[in-house]
Amino acid sequence: MSTATATRRTEDGVEAPARRKLTPLRLLLHGFLITVALTWLFPIAWAVLTSLRSYEYTAANGYASFGGWTLDNYVTAWRTAEFGKHFLNSVYITVPAVLLTLFLASCVAFVIARFSWKLNLVLLGVFTAANLLPQQALLIPLFRLFTEVPLPEFMSDSELLYDSYWGLILINVAFQCGFCVFVLSNYMKALPRDLYEAAMVDGASIWRQYWQVTMPLCRPALAALATLEVTWIYNEFFWATVLMRTGDKFPVTSSLNNLRGEFFTDNNLVSAGSVLVAIPTLVIFFMLQRHFVRGLTLGASKG
Amino acid sequence: MSDLPLIQADRAVPPPAATTSTGGRRRRLRLLSRTDRVVITLMVLVPLLLVTGFVWLPAVATVLLSGTNWDGIGPLNEIEFVGARNYSDVVNIYPPFVPAIQHNLLWLAALFVVATPFGMFLAVLLDKELRGSRFYQTALYLPVVLSLALIGFVWQLLYSRDQGLINAVFGSNVDWYGDSSVNIWAVMVASGWRHVGYIMLLYLAGLKGVDPSLREAAAVDGASESRTFFRVVFPVMRPINIIVLVVTVIESLRAFDLVWVVNKGRNGLELISALVTQNVVGEASRIGFGSALATIMLVVSLVFITIYLATVMRENRQ
Repeated sequence: MSTATATRRTEDGVEAPARRKLTPLRLLLHGFLITVALTWLFPIAWAVLTSLRSYEYTAANGYASFGGWTLDNYVTAWRTAEFGKHFLNSVYITVPAVLLTLFLASCVAFVIARFSWKLNLVLLGVFTAANLLPQQALLIPLFRLFTEVPLPEFMSDSELLYDSYWGLILINVAFQCGFCVFVLSNYMKALPRDLYEAAMVDGASIWRQYWQVTMPLCRPALAALATLEVTWIYNEFFWATVLMRTGDKFPVTSSLNNLRGEFFTDNNLVSAGSVLVAIPTLVIFFMLQRHFVRGLTLGASKG
Repeated sequence: MSDLPLIQADRAVPPPAATTSTGGRRRRLRLLSRTDRVVITLMVLVPLLLVTGFVWLPAVATVLLSGTNWDGIGPLNEIEFVGARNYSDVVNIYPPFVPAIQHNLLWLAALFVVATPFGMFLAVLLDKELRGSRFYQTALYLPVVLSLALIGFVWQLLYSRDQGLINAVFGSNVDWYGDSSVNIWAVMVASGWRHVGYIMLLYLAGLKGVDPSLREAAAVDGASESRTFFRVVFPVMRPINIIVLVVTVIESLRAFDLVWVVNKGRNGLELISALVTQNVVGEASRIGFGSALATIMLVVSLVFITIYLATVMRENRQ
């Protein structure tokens, strides 16, 4: 609430809305919104609460009780589910995938925005639509493709694209490029054209125009997209589930499903595991909330 | 809200001067050196090959495979075309198909009739710059950053029969995820929980972009708030309305993670996406069959993707 007060602005001399008198209608509105907000927070709060209580206590007193505080669930969950390893796997996949997505998407977006060729619209469509196709519909040929493409052993111990980090990175990049091309090309189109005229007078090559003129100006959009893509690729569940086989190589989100067997009778452990998996995205969300929201709305307001 | 200067800036900047006039274009092309042309080609070609190879070619292959009897293991040259047999098999002799279609439609209906309008409604309320608006927004879109797989686990803590909060509070004894007569509803509630925040966010951004003078004019004319919304704001928001509609359809078609973590899409939780996956990675690998299911998904999604592209491209040109 304090952040809201801090960011409140007075616009054009209009009295700040929050200082308006509290009519009964407003009170009702606030009551309704507080109820909804708390309801929405509840499942997460409950998961945190459950994770902090010992199984013995909740088994004896039921979950609708209070007490039995402990941090042991986290220790046990971390150890049994080998979260350290799986988090590392997520990093191996997410970091290269996000960097590659932003790089490739910004290249295409630059060409689309910089030139006014008729084909640009088709290009934009090809990329944007690819992002929206249901992944499951492409699984059958992709599965076969992944089991056919060989990789040298130093790249993957499966010696195939299947069951390798490379495969997952590539498929994530291919899928996420579309959204980034769409957002970035819109952003780049809004940059003043004079920049390029000036750069061309200076004899700057296309690559330098892209790398030294356009990209620095796109920092806000790139930051927003990076935040969003890290969350999405970290959260990606389907591809890792079907294109990976070795349990040790699963990124954290898809390793969740294997926890079920290990934790099946102990909801307190399940909640501790869930909270652990949620922590990276929640940290990103609270630290970079501005970027996160901007990324989504950049995509939305124009598409 | 301080989050949106970019969009407003986008709108404020006049569109770049047209360079499509043939004279201008020819001059521009001639200005490009050979290296420049190679660089441009690479900048487009590499990402294009990746997207074509990993998305579009598999999509085409799916459609082609749906007309064959390939078993997924044998060599590709033994493939025989069997026409529409896979489709008729899917409809006639595949028991999970009809429930899956029903569940997908139910999912769509639930999001479309309940979650999406509720998200829009909350966005309209939050657009009023209330005190604490930031807190309400954060609470509502917090679930959006969680993966649907994780959401399945978070809600298990409420739904579980022996250890869940719902049964503990109400003294009921329902296995919310396991009982095939209720589990689809339980899963849809969890999915709606996330969807509301997402739609709220999209719609709020759209509302911030509406020209305030429209509302002021309506207020001067003495129109009530709800009348202003339905008669003035809602029609102006047409592109966003279409986008929200398409997002809802696509989300309900792509619903997968949640049911897969609960029980791999069986026993009351059949969805088309889960059936396709079962037919590929499951015990019985029926490729032609699975491809027919996948093609149905593709066709439905392409209809809505086309609507989406037409909308956003028209927006862009303006």
